[in-house]
Amino acid sequence: MNLANIDLTMVDWARAQFALTAIYHWLFVPLTLGLAVVMGIMETIYYRTGSEFWKQTTKFWQRLFGINFAMGVATGIILEFEFGTNWSNYSYLVGDVFGAPLAIEGIVAFFMESTFVAVMFFGWKKVSRGFHLASTWLTGLGATISAWWILVANAWMQHPVGQQFNPDTMRNEMTSFLDVALSPVAVDKFVHTVLSAWVLGAVFVVGVSCWYLLKGRQLEFATKSLRVGAIFGLIATAMLMLSGDHSAYTIGQTQPMKLAAMEGLYKGGPDQGLTIISAINPFQQPDYETQDEPALKIAVPYALSFLATRDFHGYVPGVRDILDGYTKDDGTVEPSLEEKISRGQCAIADLQTYRKAKREGADAATLSALAAEIQENMPYFGYGYIKDRSEVVPYIPVCFYAFRIMVGGGCLFVLLFVLAIFFLYKKDIAQVRWFHWAALLCIPVAYIVSESGWLVAEFGRQPWTIQDMLPTWVGVSQLSSSAVMTTFFLFLVLFTTMLAVEISIMCKQIKKGPEL
Amino acid sequence: MTYLFLQHYWCFVVALLAALLVFLMFVQGANSLIFSLGRTEDERRLIVNSTGRKWEFTFTTLVTFGGAFFASYPLFYSTSFGGAYWLWMIILFSFVLQAVSYEFQSKLGNLLGTTTFRRLLVLNGVLGPLLLGGAVATFFTGSNFIVERDNIVDGVATPIISRWANNLHGLDALLNPWNVVFGLAVVELARTLGILYLMNNVADENLRSRASVRLVGTSLAFVVLFLAFLGKVLLGEGYAYDPETGVIFMEPYKYLHNLLAMWPLAVMLLIGVVFVLYGIVRTILSKTYTHGIWPTGFGTIVTVLVLLLLTAWNNTVYYPSTADLQSSLTLQNSSSSEFTLRTMFWVSLLVPFVLAYIVYAWRAIDKKPLTIDELNSDHAY
Repeated sequence: MNLANIDLTMVDWARAQFALTAIYHWLFVPLTLGLAVVMGIMETIYYRTGSEFWKQTTKFWQRLFGINFAMGVATGIILEFEFGTNWSNYSYLVGDVFGAPLAIEGIVAFFMESTFVAVMFFGWKKVSRGFHLASTWLTGLGATISAWWILVANAWMQHPVGQQFNPDTMRNEMTSFLDVALSPVAVDKFVHTVLSAWVLGAVFVVGVSCWYLLKGRQLEFATKSLRVGAIFGLIATAMLMLSGDHSAYTIGQTQPMKLAAMEGLYKGGPDQGLTIISAINPFQQPDYETQDEPALKIAVPYALSFLATRDFHGYVPGVRDILDGYTKDDGTVEPSLEEKISRGQCAIADLQTYRKAKREGADAATLSALAAEIQENMPYFGYGYIKDRSEVVPYIPVCFYAFRIMVGGGCLFVLLFVLAIFFLYKKDIAQVRWFHWAALLCIPVAYIVSESGWLVAEFGRQPWTIQDMLPTWVGVSQLSSSAVMTTFFLFLVLFTTMLAVEISIMCKQIKKGPEL
Repeated sequence: MTYLFLQHYWCFVVALLAALLVFLMFVQGANSLIFSLGRTEDERRLIVNSTGRKWEFTFTTLVTFGGAFFASYPLFYSTSFGGAYWLWMIILFSFVLQAVSYEFQSKLGNLLGTTTFRRLLVLNGVLGPLLLGGAVATFFTGSNFIVERDNIVDGVATPIISRWANNLHGLDALLNPWNVVFGLAVVELARTLGILYLMNNVADENLRSRASVRLVGTSLAFVVLFLAFLGKVLLGEGYAYDPETGVIFMEPYKYLHNLLAMWPLAVMLLIGVVFVLYGIVRTILSKTYTHGIWPTGFGTIVTVLVLLLLTAWNNTVYYPSTADLQSSLTLQNSSSSEFTLRTMFWVSLLVPFVLAYIVYAWRAIDKKPLTIDELNSDHAY
């Protein structure tokens, strides 16, 4: 097997293109998911009260939803097809497992979303109030179900379950749909991601409402929207923190290298503290081979052990432990990287032997025995393509800082929503100008925080397209780097232009305000 | 349910989605005529808003088609999308431009102007059907790829399983004139459907009478191009395989043989063509008939469904390779596992329910044809 002819520059461009599309996609999707609930709540109030005020308020937020929605849809289709265009080996090797959630997403979720979004926008005068309300909620439900299935697919890449490699077809095949659809990583990912989207939507509503207060316009609209946004946001943030805690625990169990990178934990052990901050050079991979911990580390004692193992004295492996091998608290021995590489190479060699035997017409018993040998080392198959220790360590600075931005942002939003509710009920919020500015500034912060979450999730998984199974350089298509670079820049120009147009339209619509 | 049944069942589902997609490309067809059918700003707004209430269906069907193909025939997905890179990328680009053009075009703060976005809709209206049609035509004419599964452990050059055998990466499909003929046929079909849809959906006499005149030339061009391609396909060689050995070979009149061997498909093809023509001819002949989109749309779905099934059922190679015949893809050598196809079978039982609520919502929105008064008094693009 020859890896020398893989164009690594092309692999990097393919990764960059997927990252670009995913980052842009995630600029639009969370607002769609978050505003969907806010609109639903507001229209429900309209349905119950018949108040024209709530109807116009709902319609205003729906207009912003619509401007944002189209870009989410547009970038989403690129993501789906990029699995094929740029990651063809990946598509074949895991399509049997990965394709199913995507197909179900289309059949079950996308049609619900696209059908009822049309009724939501164009049906105000054409359908009954009840049907319209149902359409608004179903649009949000469709978007949320869509998130479920795509996150099931993503979670499977982080923690492949419910599948087995078939040497006859040379691919991974699904053996348990429920294991794939309800994997603990998928559940955590869905809950955490959707809640984070709700928080972003709530921050957006609070921020925009505060702009009106700052301008002294549409005070009733702004105050009531702010109330809905802040209460919804506070509930969502509280749930988000709980789900974040559980996600961290799951990562500790399933992707220890990601956790070690998030924490800048080079040398682990029991009684590990949770790092609040330390000095890691953002532009350089730290020397995890010789250092035990980053400089100027400030940590909460025992907290990381508790987060990762639910035991204050639990063992948490660092980067070096994972490379050298370690023993878990339950006595299980995790092999060293060298052993994993060796077993991965064995899996590849066994597979070659099996294929050769099959070509030469070996009998069923021989093939069955060879197939059993392959399965023995198959969990380490991807390591057979690893040449160097450094290849399996994700870029620590991005994981480390993105994680802190994500958690810090979450804490900031709790404060934002608590203050908003305090000022709404205990003070005249229209007069607290500093808070208006703070809320407004929180809108871009919310986007940065939201994207940071994905940086943690995806950078932390590197170099794997599928954890332990397929490194990125084996998952690609046979393309030239210039071709992928060209499409990268085309997408960059296209998405950036459209983003600029969207922001401009959004600002104008907000300036125009609701028709009250 | 046997594995073989499931492989054929999923081929049917994917083909049905493709057929629905072709019908729903009335959106693209109508958009390609924004500037020629719509002479005034009001007329152009009516066209854009009429298709603008349906574009999501076309888009979603395209996405679901891709997802279903990926799930049921991952080797096709990896081979075609990874190989015919430029062809698929241009298609994707054009659909992305369409998605944003509706919402952005007439909004305050639109930095690029209304006309820019309408031109993008026209671009998608032509390029989308042309390239999708060209891509579908390769199911009959073949593509330039090689598949070698052992590459993943044994690759002499790289571990990549599927590779394109030339550097044009899909643009080579447009060098085959028959692919272009079929692509143009799909463009004209989309325009025909678009005209019929506008006549049904928009209450504007000027637009309707202009559309009626335009329908003659457009539908004639479609019929000529389509018959030329159909004739070539039925009378030419096709790609077949032996189900026992998996060996692929060329067979004279393969697609004609398929029609004869699967006579219900021949009947369906006939019914489809009759419905297509009925909707067009009655609309041309009658000054008051505006429902032509329904018989022609139904006929389109049936005809395209049959054409696609001809490329795959009855031991036919649905994605032939012109670079290495034995690399060609069949339902049996490229499908997902039995377990996955079976699992998705149960999910696919939701499709009638999905179709039911689409029909219900569509009817609720389209109770009355669109007027300029409605655009001025309600949410509009």
